[in-house]
Amino acid sequence: MTIEVEISEGLHRLKVSGELNIYTAVEFKQQLLEQLARAPRVEIDLSQVSEIDTAGFQVLYLARREASRDDKPLRLAAASRAVKDVIQAYHMAAYFEHSTKKENA
Amino acid sequence: MSIDQIRETFVLEARELLQSMDECLLRMEKAPADKETVDALFRSVHTIKGSGGMLEFDPIVDFAHVVESLLGMIRDGRVPITKDLIALLLSCGDHLGVLVDTVAERGADPDPDVLTRGQAFIERLNVYATAVSDQPVSMQVPKVRNENWHISLRFGRDVLRHGMDPLSVSRYLQTLGEIVSVTSLFDAMPNADQVDAESCYLGLELDFKSDADKQTISEAFEFVRDQCQVRILSPHSRVSDYVDLINALPEDKNRLGELLVESGALTAEELQEGLHIQRCPAGVRFNDCVYKRDGFCDGKQCLSDPTVRRRFAFAGGDVKSRPAPDHVPASEDERREIVNSAPEKQKRGGEQRRQERNFIRIPADKLDLLINLVGELVIASASTALRARQAGNSELVESASLVTRLVDEIRGNSLQLRMVPIGDTFSRFKRVVHDLSRELNKDIEIVVSGADTELDKTVVERISDPLMHLVRNAIDHGIEPADRRVALGKSATGTLKLNAFHDSGIIIIEVSDDGAGLNRETILAHAVERGLVDPEQTLSEDDIYKLIFEPGFSTAEYITSLSGRGVGMDVVRKSVEALRGTIEIETRQGAGTTIRIRLPLTLAIIEGFLMAVGNTSYVVPLDMVVECVELDETHISRGRNYIDLRGEVLPFLRLRDQFQDRSAVARRENIVVVQYAGHKAGLVVDKLMGEFQTVIRPLGKIFDNLPGISGTTILGSGEVALILDVPSLVQHVSKMESLSVRH
Repeated sequence: MTIEVEISEGLHRLKVSGELNIYTAVEFKQQLLEQLARAPRVEIDLSQVSEIDTAGFQVLYLARREASRDDKPLRLAAASRAVKDVIQAYHMAAYFEHSTKKENA
Repeated sequence: MSIDQIRETFVLEARELLQSMDECLLRMEKAPADKETVDALFRSVHTIKGSGGMLEFDPIVDFAHVVESLLGMIRDGRVPITKDLIALLLSCGDHLGVLVDTVAERGADPDPDVLTRGQAFIERLNVYATAVSDQPVSMQVPKVRNENWHISLRFGRDVLRHGMDPLSVSRYLQTLGEIVSVTSLFDAMPNADQVDAESCYLGLELDFKSDADKQTISEAFEFVRDQCQVRILSPHSRVSDYVDLINALPEDKNRLGELLVESGALTAEELQEGLHIQRCPAGVRFNDCVYKRDGFCDGKQCLSDPTVRRRFAFAGGDVKSRPAPDHVPASEDERREIVNSAPEKQKRGGEQRRQERNFIRIPADKLDLLINLVGELVIASASTALRARQAGNSELVESASLVTRLVDEIRGNSLQLRMVPIGDTFSRFKRVVHDLSRELNKDIEIVVSGADTELDKTVVERISDPLMHLVRNAIDHGIEPADRRVALGKSATGTLKLNAFHDSGIIIIEVSDDGAGLNRETILAHAVERGLVDPEQTLSEDDIYKLIFEPGFSTAEYITSLSGRGVGMDVVRKSVEALRGTIEIETRQGAGTTIRIRLPLTLAIIEGFLMAVGNTSYVVPLDMVVECVELDETHISRGRNYIDLRGEVLPFLRLRDQFQDRSAVARRENIVVVQYAGHKAGLVVDKLMGEFQTVIRPLGKIFDNLPGISGTTILGSGEVALILDVPSLVQHVSKMESLSVRH
């Protein structure tokens, strides 16, 4: 699991790649929240995530929740098949979608 | 826990709850104003309904619901408590018992006539309900339209760490059917800095379309069951089940309600109905509710606002233009609200948990197995001790005696495990007394003492029916009708006493009444008529009363005889004797009868006293041995079988003669003086061998008629010893003595 950060005009683009699972969850949480704290606006690219389980998904949820709490724009820019499947299985697309709308608005 | 185990637990619990329902009702008859009793009564029925609902025992739930509704009205003080109502509720409890037996225990549908009877009870309950509210209680809890299963999951924190992923659960479910809707809940997730990324905070509400049965669906969660709360509602569950679900879940109730409506599990109306049924003091359907026009009946307010209920009560008075229920003042209602509030609930929960921790339910057969093993252990350790002594190895003897001592303690403790207080059996009779005295129009009070006296569970079970018979007899034939009692100068209320106490290794149970007592002449005349005794025979008082235990005597119609309920007194006597007990009667004409049953505390192991005649060993229960003396020929009255024991006449019996032992008479003989039920007798033996832990093995059927022997046991040496039936021997000796005196 790695996170690459691209910054342009205050938008932090976090490119996550590798496995998001119980083995990487602790590290993922720590890095993601750290990046989140630094960024005024966040976009997460999950297109390079090869595998994700409930532990990984929980961290995504947490990031989304924290961003909402801080009223910080966060959106999922892209997602791999694996990520889409999990979001669909938990019926949480609307939750992540919501942020996009909010940001656009 | 498999479904079968859950079902078993339900049946056990339901029986206990019904028992407590009975007790509450009987208490209520004496003290109708006691709030706690009414509440406890309500709780019993409510719990049966609740757990019955979880297991989908519809007939039980439907009937319990009606009873519960009426109890709710009683609790609110709207339906007055009368003797007739209590009698009706007792019968309703019995009916619930029948339903539990058929539906829950045997898994069968109740017979049509059982259902008809249930309907009749409901109609009678309705008479009470409609008298106060125009609202019959006979409504069934409506069911939801939702044809899907609803599954509610709250995963344990460690699920992920243990390598299980909730995703695999939903994947597996998809092999059984179609997941119609999913709602994920992360309400359990704490603040970001406290989140452990390896813990699971997920909860799922699933609606699931499937033809699989509950067992199959429930098995899908088998592998996470230990670490996960799983709640499954069947298609078309009751709306109240959904409300129970909402209340059981940790999240905010309003939010859950909305969420269920959103996902299509419930319609908004159904949710409202469910909340209404649970909260509305009238216990009626939302559509029928007379209060809702005031706008107070939307379920959310009911859930959150304690004053709503009070308003209901007032509205009830106004809307129906009935006299306002002044006897239900607001403060009373408020008090109840406070009582029902969370701290009380927590406290109750706490108490219950404490009790659960203090008691473990163990199947009786496991205990039996343990007792049997302990029995074998006793024999084996006796044999070890014997070998050690024979080997003359003093260290071995010492360690063997330590083992013997420990085994002795184990024996005592494990027998203690099977000891139960007789009080439960006694309290069952309260109900019988209540019903019978009502039926016979007699006024009878039951007084129980010694309810804590403990005895072996097997003995309790087997003595319960004979006791029941004695109780019925006392009520039916012993205690006179009130007017007759008054005419005789007795108090109008008859008293039936049940008493139990321990006395030197046996338990004594007494059933006494202050009724008419046995009539000596009538019994004698009857016995002569039946050819049981010779008219010329002179019988002692005791012997005459004992005649009522003769077979053939049971259906007699004379004054204090026995009800024609199938079991006669001879059956009572046989049951008692089968337990190695005896029965005796003490009666005074006009003043009452006491029937006294003596029983051994346990059937399995006794402290014995070992002795021998020739090469045969005999054991008598140590508790019955008074003393041992050497037989001094000079003290024997010539030709008679009794000796002068320190000035006292002691009849004796030579075991050698009794059992026709042809071995040579020993040079010295001993007398073991035994006592039973106030009579003493001597048993003449060759050798005294001392105390011995005796594991009783019953005799085979072919030895049934062997007089004087009640069982066998195995000695440490592997030899068999015979256990003497002291009661029958003592009786035999006394009889011999009285015969010889007469001649």
